[in-house]
Amino acid sequence: MKNIFAEFGRSFMATLFFAVILCGLYPLLVFGLAHLLFPRQANGSLLVDGSGTVRGSALIAQDFTAPGYFHPRPSAAGAYGYDAANSGGSNLGPTSQALAAQIAQRLAAYRAENGLPANAVVPADAVTASGSGLDPDISPQNAALQAPRVAKARGLPEQQVRELVRQNTRRRQWGIFGEPRVNVMTLNFALDELARHFALDPPPQK
Amino acid sequence: MNPHQWLELAVYVAALVLVTKPLGLWINRVLDPGGRTWLDPVMRPLEKLTYRVLRVDPAREHDWKQYTFAMLAFSLVSCLFTYAILRLQFYLPLNPQKLGALAPHLAFNTAVSFTTNTNWQSYGGEATMSYFSQMAGLAIHNFFSAAVGIAIAGALVRGVARQTAETIGNFWVDITRIMFLLLLPICVVLAVFLVSQGMIQNFKPYTVARLIEPQTISVQKTDENGKPVTDAKGNPVMVNQTLATQTIVQGPMASQIAIKMLGTNGGGYTNANAAHPFENPTPLSNFVQMLALLCIGSALTCHLGRETKNQKHGWAVWTAMFTMFLAGVMVCWWAEARGNPIHQKLGVAIADGNMEGKEARFGIFDSALFATVTTDASCGAVNSMHDSFTPLGGLVPLFNIQTGEVIFGGVGAGLYGMLIFVILAVFIAGLMVGRTPEYLGKKIEAYDVKMVMLAFVILAFLILGFTAWACASDWGKAGLNNAGPHGLSEILYAYTSGAGNNGSAFAGLNANTPWYDTTLGIDMLLGRFGMIVPLLALAGSLSRKKIVPASVGTFPVSGVTFVVLLVGTVVLVGALTFLPALAIGPIVEHFLMLQGHVF
Repeated sequence: MKNIFAEFGRSFMATLFFAVILCGLYPLLVFGLAHLLFPRQANGSLLVDGSGTVRGSALIAQDFTAPGYFHPRPSAAGAYGYDAANSGGSNLGPTSQALAAQIAQRLAAYRAENGLPANAVVPADAVTASGSGLDPDISPQNAALQAPRVAKARGLPEQQVRELVRQNTRRRQWGIFGEPRVNVMTLNFALDELARHFALDPPPQK
Repeated sequence: MNPHQWLELAVYVAALVLVTKPLGLWINRVLDPGGRTWLDPVMRPLEKLTYRVLRVDPAREHDWKQYTFAMLAFSLVSCLFTYAILRLQFYLPLNPQKLGALAPHLAFNTAVSFTTNTNWQSYGGEATMSYFSQMAGLAIHNFFSAAVGIAIAGALVRGVARQTAETIGNFWVDITRIMFLLLLPICVVLAVFLVSQGMIQNFKPYTVARLIEPQTISVQKTDENGKPVTDAKGNPVMVNQTLATQTIVQGPMASQIAIKMLGTNGGGYTNANAAHPFENPTPLSNFVQMLALLCIGSALTCHLGRETKNQKHGWAVWTAMFTMFLAGVMVCWWAEARGNPIHQKLGVAIADGNMEGKEARFGIFDSALFATVTTDASCGAVNSMHDSFTPLGGLVPLFNIQTGEVIFGGVGAGLYGMLIFVILAVFIAGLMVGRTPEYLGKKIEAYDVKMVMLAFVILAFLILGFTAWACASDWGKAGLNNAGPHGLSEILYAYTSGAGNNGSAFAGLNANTPWYDTTLGIDMLLGRFGMIVPLLALAGSLSRKKIVPASVGTFPVSGVTFVVLLVGTVVLVGALTFLPALAIGPIVEHFLMLQGHVF
């Protein structure tokens, strides 16, 4: 009997003692090292504009609907999508009628926006919701189909937009891992920065 | 299935093989109370301090009953600790979002879930848990339950290796050494690496960003009391509203994710788990997380070989695990790459595969590999939504859990689960040739086989029993997100995941109801401790036996015959138990999908 009480007392002490080290000192140590070595990442890879306002994170998608921006993947996060405090996917299964209807609707919208024929085959990432609902990346094929629309809406030469897409494309990491992809957040941010520079400092007239 | 992906698979396998032996030897020293490591100058004083605080005499060992009691007492007390934190969340520090307390059923479910290394989550992390709850309520069990699992595997291996011994080790010494010499050092390095890839680690409130392009959304109008307004016909009145900001999750994520993966816990910091761009920022972070997830389970087979002085046996067990792992990856990858003909008929590119619920940076292969790895081990982290997988792609994670989580498995749990199958396999082999079955010189007798069968029966009973109950009840059907056979798969997956202590989900199921939270809580508790207790009894029984020298009639526990027999036993037991349920869930759904049926 005495042993039983001793073991419970020991369990209680162990919980508290380990908590101090594993839940207190360990996260603080990681916090210290992270802010010493990688402060930008540890704070969320935030995108800050010229006026010092936080406009988002390079890793977290926002919704874009205007023709002058590249559009991210559809999102099922939160009630209105792209809710960065409420991540998640649609969790609709392969034989879901609701999912098939959503995809049909997104296909029609995507073809109309980008001037594609009514039976055009569309990249899968453009019409399916991502797992997190915050996927900042689209496939290079998807970006290539959107580039002419963005160039036209912004009055930029298509070549220049394609060059920006190239700069915001990431290859397979170390040539091995993952898939090639284009980051919509940094790309759209760069498009706006470009516009702002032109406004402040127009190109010299000939 | 392109060459890049084959290369990545090869790199993953190579990395797993390379890490197995060195880590196995390290674990071997950690599980030996007198074992020396180069971390001793730092960790030895901490270890000694722990023994003094806990009043533990490291030289005194436990018999199996004392060991079991210490393990149960520690699990119970730490579970109550977490329950208290979750219920009192609102009054505790580090809660910048002012998140309220959890309801009793959710707090019970969550505390049990993390104590049992399941990490089933009926909640969305970022909208429910304060930083304090994440760190002290949840991450603490990521360490504890992992250490308990490894300790039990270590105790069972001692039982196999020793002869005529009454004791199987000291529980407190085992978990202390596992936490300080194995888990903590790797986690520090892993966490800092994950931050380098883009994972967050801070204590600031969620960031409010001004949207680059403000959006107009349609919301239901509310009156001055905040009540939703409806028109005369009862339809909601909608008004347009401008959405100008985005609230971005923050917090101490990296420190928690490192142990979440290494300890095969899998409980996400965020709702989207490892699909969230902060929780798994790059394909490289994904690769390293997958490696962290399987490495201890893989290395423990090396420890088994070393401890029983039969390294070939260790590698034979590894090979059996690896064979089933590879088969799972192939099926899941093939099914997802093939995609969904219903969507392809509408105009979705066939070459892209099934991308619903997957992230662009991972694509088909990394998602399929992750899904297989996380269910081989009892991890349950997900980097894509399993609910949206094709039927056969989703069958693989489901069946992986139903094998009893023995394909490398959860840390410790995988090895002790597999040893049950090993004993069953030698028992069957013994019956076939008409000899008393023996395992590494230990005679396997009626008591041992009874304990083994008890562990199997509990798993089957929990999964099928609870699924049948939920399917036949209104509370069960009310939680469904999908109709047709997929609905059955959602329920089956939930109780499979709970009993197998995996924690992944067909996450469309709304399980945060009193009925689901409670039944899943019981499912997880019995799935964990209903298996561990018979197993420790088995360890006690084995340790007392004499080792008889091998003779020509001894069935060898290494070599191809043994591997085939072991894989056959695992697959057969799983298939015999679960095939009927799988046939009316994912298998029939597969054929309906090919026919173009939707629900």
